[in-house]
Amino acid sequence: MFRFQNVIYKDIIDIKSLTIPSNKIVCITGESGGGKTTLLKLLNKMISPDSGEVFYLDTPLEEMDSINHRRKVIMLPQNPAIYNGTVKDNLLIGLKFSEKTMENEDMLLSSLQSARLNKKLDESIDNLSGGEKQRLALARVLLLNPDVFLLDEPSASLDEETERIIIENLVAQCKKNSKSIIMVTHSNKVATTYSDLIIRIDKGRVVNKEVTL
Amino acid sequence: MNTNVIELQIWQLAAAYIFILILLAFVKYRGIKREKEILISSVRMTLQLILTGYILMYLFDNESWVLTLLVLSVMEIFAINNIFRRVNAKISNKLKKIIAFSMVTGTVTCLLYFIIIVIGLRPWFNPRYFIPISGMLIGNSMTGISLGVSRLVNDMNTQKHLVESSLMLGATPKMASKEIVDNAFDSAILPTINSMVGMGIVFLPGMMTGQILSGVSPVTAIEYQIAIMLGILGSVAFTVILFLQLGYKTFFNKKAQLIIE
Repeated sequence: MFRFQNVIYKDIIDIKSLTIPSNKIVCITGESGGGKTTLLKLLNKMISPDSGEVFYLDTPLEEMDSINHRRKVIMLPQNPAIYNGTVKDNLLIGLKFSEKTMENEDMLLSSLQSARLNKKLDESIDNLSGGEKQRLALARVLLLNPDVFLLDEPSASLDEETERIIIENLVAQCKKNSKSIIMVTHSNKVATTYSDLIIRIDKGRVVNKEVTL
Repeated sequence: MNTNVIELQIWQLAAAYIFILILLAFVKYRGIKREKEILISSVRMTLQLILTGYILMYLFDNESWVLTLLVLSVMEIFAINNIFRRVNAKISNKLKKIIAFSMVTGTVTCLLYFIIIVIGLRPWFNPRYFIPISGMLIGNSMTGISLGVSRLVNDMNTQKHLVESSLMLGATPKMASKEIVDNAFDSAILPTINSMVGMGIVFLPGMMTGQILSGVSPVTAIEYQIAIMLGILGSVAFTVILFLQLGYKTFFNKKAQLIIE
């Protein structure tokens, strides 16, 4: 699905060759500051390599329209933005950005359920904790139903039990609908339990690629 | 109407400087170190106005479109440079060009509409009308755009993660920066709207006061004041809209990537 060819980005990423298969759960691990988030940004085309090429479905990303690409390959950053207003406003803004329409309110409720966020749609975001805001941002991404989920530490502010339920649910949904997940995680447990492939990054280089299932 | 204007004698004008002396005595007594600034600004104000008086006299006695346009150009250059100096943030060269373009296009378009359509000035370059009206439109647009630039640049820097998060979800740069652009427009236009609200009640505007003092009927003075306020609002709004619609794009490249370091 994604292929890196001699990709250099500043002094953060230096990857000679890397292939990430489609319809898989891929975890990216490594020390902090090693280039994991930068790697996701390259896949989301938020940044472009200084040299080399990143391919998506055999087409160089540089030849693709950035906006259309990001609507298919959505990235959830580690500290996602939460917009002023209600839970519903925050879900709808994602649809608006992707120029998708809301078929019915059940869609919104189901995305909240998938992210295990037990909140009413008209609840103000001021009443949400840090962990709840992170789950709201995850629900927003789930609602958009992209081909590829790029998730940067999606469970960083969750307790172990909630993390397990959410990741398990997310993985099951993606497997069922033939979607791909590329997830940065600090948790070896998450990586070894749920991923099909673990890519370990250190100082911007791929140091290990391990097929787990 | 009594159209006799009281001519101020030199000693009368000198008597007005008593306020400066009182202020100087006060700051000295309180130990506030502002004597130098007060003195310099008083001297500058006096010299600048005397010089302007003589220049205006020359321009009024020698009506010419070349001279009028020259004055307009000097005003625009001064205003644009003033914006660059007043904005309390680092602005890129690309943004500077857009500020200059928006200022010139916005103010000149509104000015020509105002001069030709609203006032019906003949000849169009009559400096007695053209220069003071230009000054008011350019001055207010300069203030508006300065506020708009500051807000846009600061918000783009402080809310970078919000813009970036929106782009990651598939937003276009326009969608991702909409809130920031709207807030910048609000900051830029609000002082003009507020001044309209207080006009005639809280304060009598300078142009109207000047006209009344020089013997013009208050009704005529008010007609001019209403027209000029609408002209100012139009010019500020048009200049700021033009700036913001072009300006936000400088924070993104052709690949819809944010280029704030």
